[in-house]
Amino acid sequence: MTALAALLRRDMRLAVRVGGGALIGVLFFLIVVAMVPFALGPDLALLARTGPAILWLGALLASLLALDRLFAADHEDGSLDLILMGRAPLELAVAAKALAHWLTTGLPLVVAAPLLGLFLNLDPAAIGAVALTLLAGTPALTCIGLIGAALAAALRRGGLLVPVLVLPLTIPVLIFGVAASNAALAGPLPFGTPFTVLVALTLASVVIGPFAAAAALRHGLD
Amino acid sequence: MRLSELANPSRFNALVERVLPWLVTATALAFALGLYQALFVAPDDYQQGATVKIMFIHVPSAWLGMLGWTLMSVSALGTLVWRHPLADVALKTAAPIGAAFTLICLVTGALWGRPTWGTYWVWDARLTSVLVLFLMYLGLIALWRTVDDPSRAARAAAILTLVGAVNLPIIKFSVDWWNTLHQPASVLRLGGSAIHPTILAPLMLMGLAFVLLFVTLHLSAMRNEILRRRVRTLRLLRAAAANP
Repeated sequence: MTALAALLRRDMRLAVRVGGGALIGVLFFLIVVAMVPFALGPDLALLARTGPAILWLGALLASLLALDRLFAADHEDGSLDLILMGRAPLELAVAAKALAHWLTTGLPLVVAAPLLGLFLNLDPAAIGAVALTLLAGTPALTCIGLIGAALAAALRRGGLLVPVLVLPLTIPVLIFGVAASNAALAGPLPFGTPFTVLVALTLASVVIGPFAAAAALRHGLD
Repeated sequence: MRLSELANPSRFNALVERVLPWLVTATALAFALGLYQALFVAPDDYQQGATVKIMFIHVPSAWLGMLGWTLMSVSALGTLVWRHPLADVALKTAAPIGAAFTLICLVTGALWGRPTWGTYWVWDARLTSVLVLFLMYLGLIALWRTVDDPSRAARAAAILTLVGAVNLPIIKFSVDWWNTLHQPASVLRLGGSAIHPTILAPLMLMGLAFVLLFVTLHLSAMRNEILRRRVRTLRLLRAAAANP
């Protein structure tokens, strides 16, 4: 088994075990989506109209929550140094960690979204659109979050720094994700236009994120 | 005095102390002349009246907000690639100044929008991307403050600056790519400027005044940061000597 596959498997195992946080993200997603109707009121029409936005915001915040366990835990017990010194290129190692993070945090959000769409009175077309845009967009959230997590990896008192750094960079993903979901609901824009841009953002962030995160780890930890 | 000789902080400080009085004078003169031209010589707009004169503050502030991040991106490359000793000082000190200019741009834009558009704010592409720039400035300043050691913070900040630089072409071309309430490009565009010379000349003069202001503030901030780091080092040495 190659080093990268071993890293991937290790991260996934750590995530699903106790303290790993794989399903905590989904729980947070559920709580946020459940709290919004308390704030907005039970008007079902309003919830249906704002549903895609609520689901996207919940997914964004939930994936943000799980970011600090990406590098901070490894930094504390020294495995990050081993990864840095390993033979695999750091960019690929970071990408493997990102993939593990997405499989254990992002993908459960995508699976949970249709169920939560029922809470928000979304019709099946909207639920399908939201799930599809989340599937296309959560890798972007993971990879952009990678940069913030790497920058804050060595900080002891990081606190809310990672969200503050990452959220402005994820705004385009949010805009186009919600635009694509809303386009499937109402006219006049076709679903394909913002969805294509969303996929483009994901592809770009999958490339830029690991490179920037690897540079941040290299420069920030010596 | 070559750029490489300026890498010596003491020489840099000495140069700044020599140049600063001239810069301050030049900035004051440029502002005096620019404000006189803007307020008294430039004509009123036929639709907006005198409200158009907010432009002479709003547009240069926007230019400087973006120029600040551009300068920071070059400094970031200097930190990461060329390892210039003062590059991270330039990077750190440019952030609050650029953030201030971006804030002035947003506030003056809101004040201008209320009488002309009927609203203080609208979520169109240009305003949103400038707000995102402001948030990224604040995030960068927060990153500097979270790490104790300035030189370690410098490398992390440099990477974040380069990642954030992707926002700059988005801001510039947002009015072309999207249907926005904010007006399209009038100064730097293909086919030359679309503004009448009686308004363009004071605008350029104010732009020059703002640039001089930025340079003055930036150079004195760099000098202060160098002195601040020396104080920090001395404090650390004294603390280390007190606890053998």
